[in-house]
Formats: sequence, C-alpha cells, structure tokens
Amino acid sequence: MAIISTAGLSRTFATKRGPVEAVRGIDLTVREGEILGFLGPNGAGKTTTLRMLTTLLTPTGGAATVAGHDLATDPAGVRAACGYVAQSGGVDTQITVREELVTQGRLYRLSKARAAERAGELARDLGLTGLLDRKCGALSGGQRRRLDIAMALTHRPRVLFLDEPTTGLDPGSRADLWDLVRRLRDEHGTTVFLTTHYLDEADALSDRLVVADRGVIAAEGTPGALKLEYGGSLDASLQDTFLAITGRSAAPADAAPVAV
Amino acid sequence: MLLHDTGLIYGRYLRQSLRSRFALLFGVLMPLLYLLFFGPLLTDLPLGGRGSSWQVLVPGLLLQLGLFGASFAGFSIIIENGQGVVERMRVTPVSRLALLLGRVLRDATVFGFQAVLLVLAALVMGLRAPLPGVLIGFAFVALLTVSLASLSYALAMKVRTPQEFGPTINALTMPSMLLSGLMLPMTLGPAWLDVLSHLMPFRYLVDAVRDAYVGSYATAHMLHGTLVAVAFTALAVTVGTRVFRTAGA
Repeated sequence: MAIISTAGLSRTFATKRGPVEAVRGIDLTVREGEILGFLGPNGAGKTTTLRMLTTLLTPTGGAATVAGHDLATDPAGVRAACGYVAQSGGVDTQITVREELVTQGRLYRLSKARAAERAGELARDLGLTGLLDRKCGALSGGQRRRLDIAMALTHRPRVLFLDEPTTGLDPGSRADLWDLVRRLRDEHGTTVFLTTHYLDEADALSDRLVVADRGVIAAEGTPGALKLEYGGSLDASLQDTFLAITGRSAAPADAAPVAV
Repeated sequence: MLLHDTGLIYGRYLRQSLRSRFALLFGVLMPLLYLLFFGPLLTDLPLGGRGSSWQVLVPGLLLQLGLFGASFAGFSIIIENGQGVVERMRVTPVSRLALLLGRVLRDATVFGFQAVLLVLAALVMGLRAPLPGVLIGFAFVALLTVSLASLSYALAMKVRTPQEFGPTINALTMPSMLLSGLMLPMTLGPAWLDVLSHLMPFRYLVDAVRDAYVGSYATAHMLHGTLVAVAFTALAVTVGTRVFRTAGA
C-alpha cells in the first residue's frame, strides 16, 4: 500500500535573477514500511522535495498525499503523521536534552506528565538516558543525531523523513544509525524516507532507491535492478551506476584541468 | 490550542532569557547611560513643558529602550533558523501564530522588567511622577515592544542573514529615534522638524507618555498616542502573523 504518492510535485523559486525550478515534477510512490533511499547530486532538489512533503514549503505545482492526507488541503494531518530531521538537526545548544524532548512532546499536545514520560521512553529507546541533563551543545555528533531522531519520533510518526542523517558522523556512529533505522522499520513498521550522498549507505540500508537529477526522477528501483540496468551488471558499483544515471562521469575525457 | 501553544513558546523563550542574566540587563545599559550622563545636563534648561526635566527625559528613554531592544529581537530567530529550530517546530502541529506571539510576549516581559529598572534608577536621580502616569508609561512600552518585535521577527524570517538584518535595523532605528523627539521635545526645534516628526508614529507615543508623567491623562496627546500605539500594534502583529503563517512557502 502506498503511504506517500506524488504526482508532478514541483517547486519554482522566484529569485532576483529570474525563476529557479528546484523541483520540476516528481512522480513517486513509497510503500508502507519501506526504507527508501533518495539520491541525487547536489542541487537535484532532494531537500526541496523533503521540505514540501513535510509541509514546510508549499508546492507550486502537482499534488501529493502522505499517510492518506493531502498535502494541500490537510497539512495538519500530514504533520501528525510524519517526523522530519533536517540536515542541520534542530535543537537549541544551550538547553538540556530533557527540556528539548519534553517541550517537543508538549508541542505535540501531550500533557505535562505524558510529555515527561515520553521523553524518558525516547531516551531509553535511543540510548540517551544518561545524557538527559546534559546541554544539547555538549553532545557528540552521533548522540546529537540520535537526539534529533528522538525529537522526530515523539508522536510515533508513520513516516520518518531523514535529510542526510549520517553526514559528518564517524563510522561507528553511522553503523549505529543504520541499525536504528532498520529497527524502527522492523519493530514499528515505520516508513523511512532518507536522502544521502553515501552510496554504500544507500546500498546497505535501502529497499529501494530513487535517483533525482535536475529536479526530476532519473531512475528508481532496487539497488540490484539499478546496477543491472545502468551499471551493466549486478557486480557494478553503485558509484558507477549513479554516475551513469546522472550522466556525469567522475572524470570526463575531454575535460582538461583549468588550473593545477 | 492557541493559548496552550503560546504559553508553551513563551515559557521556552522566557527560560532562555532568564538563563542569560547579562542579556537580561544589557538592554537597559544604553538608556541608563543617557540617564546618568545626559539627564543632569537638562535639569536647568527650559524644555517648554510642565514638570521637571526628568519628566520629559524618562518617557523618551523608556521608549528608546523599547525601540532599540525590540527592533533587534529578530536576531535570535536568525540564529535559530541556522540551527534548524524554527523548521523543527514548524513540522509539529504547533500554531504558527503561537510561534510569533510566544516570542513577542517574552520580549514584552523582558523589556517591561528593564523599564521598571530604568524608572527606579530615574527615581534615584530625581524623577518624581504620579504612579498612574508611570504605569501608563509601562503600558506604552509594552505596546511598542510587541509591535516592533513582531516586525523584527517578520523581517528576520524574510532576510535570513545577520549581514542584511543588522544594517537594515540600524538604518531604521536611528532616524526613528532622532525624529520622534525621544531625547528632547520636538517643539524646541524649527517648524519643519516638528512637522517632519509628526510623520513618525513614535512621536505620538512619547508625547502621550510625557503627558502621563505630569499627571495629565485626558489630553489630545494621550488620545492620539493611544490610537497610534494600538493601530501600530494591530498592523505589526498582522504583518508578523502573515509572515509566520506562510514562512518558507
């Protein structure tokens, strides 16, 4: 069953130098309980797509439903069904982990007692229990990411959007985060929609990949199917597959270095 | 829900202000310096009004406190935009209007507190004014803070960088202060300057508070000041609400 479906979803920004078509028409279906890797070069429109699907940005064209709620007519329903972790996270470095988690619970309209309880549950689930009274600014990169995700899970969303969740993390923290994402799906059936630039991560974690390029979807399928179709064989690296899809080679033959 | 959410946002940002005692007191520093080092220069000058020079100066300093303090309120939201806090809150069901009102009411509380400190210092310096007049002065500071902070947050949501925000606010606040006669009554100046200053909304506010400080409550100044303050607040909160409802969109 489709939990996210979009048709011609697009967004044009008006800038001083004329309109910029960041997303030119995304047609996408995500099944419930799927881990979807959303790939694409910088500027492909990944973050803009995520910000539209989480109601932060109004689309200038097309339509989408998330967990059965229409983006245009029922943004409140979409907000209630999805959690979002931006690239930058979103916690105040000056306040404690506990205060952020409790306030987040209150923003989701939990009672004071319930919000405090939920903060404890989330801390236990995400290994933050010993850090509750620490300031957010004093957490390590991996701990901080787990906090960002805990905040987004406050209301047990059916869909979790993660924008480059492992950028800047050490290998150990990355592996922990992969386990966490798999656990969310396996234990709670959460659909996870994540963007990443790490192809090994996309390969290891995703059930299905969607590659965006220049504001449209260039290819989609399981990692294996994409390798076979674009990389030439199942043994092709995802790196080569990705470059073949986006039409950008790592070192174009005719490109002489401008300066060395 | 709006009340619940506004209370929640208000609490979060008030705790933020209380954590920084320095920031809590810093805002009162500039008007306090004027009070200490500029106020005594005026005591024997003919300022044209009734009452002492303190009854002319302190209302101006109160509004100066609100003008400079609240205009820069938007800086905090630029920082929070960088940290992703604003967007993180905007994907929750929280009322968009509460995100503005909670912050603005926090600002009114902080500047109200600073206004009380300023008046206490002025009492030591020699100010004598009727209590109802002083309370009316605080009400005007609160309205001015609410309106300017709303506009400041709205601007900060639009420009998004401190490099654009700071100079814009400076360019707006300095002429506003000079043209509204916060330091000295505009009636002392040439007619063209007096006329020009009537284009400044804050001129009406300071005239009203000066009347209040000499115990004249049923005057044309008071009526105009109240009308301008209420209308300006309504306009500013409307602009702020519109920006917060559509921000990012």
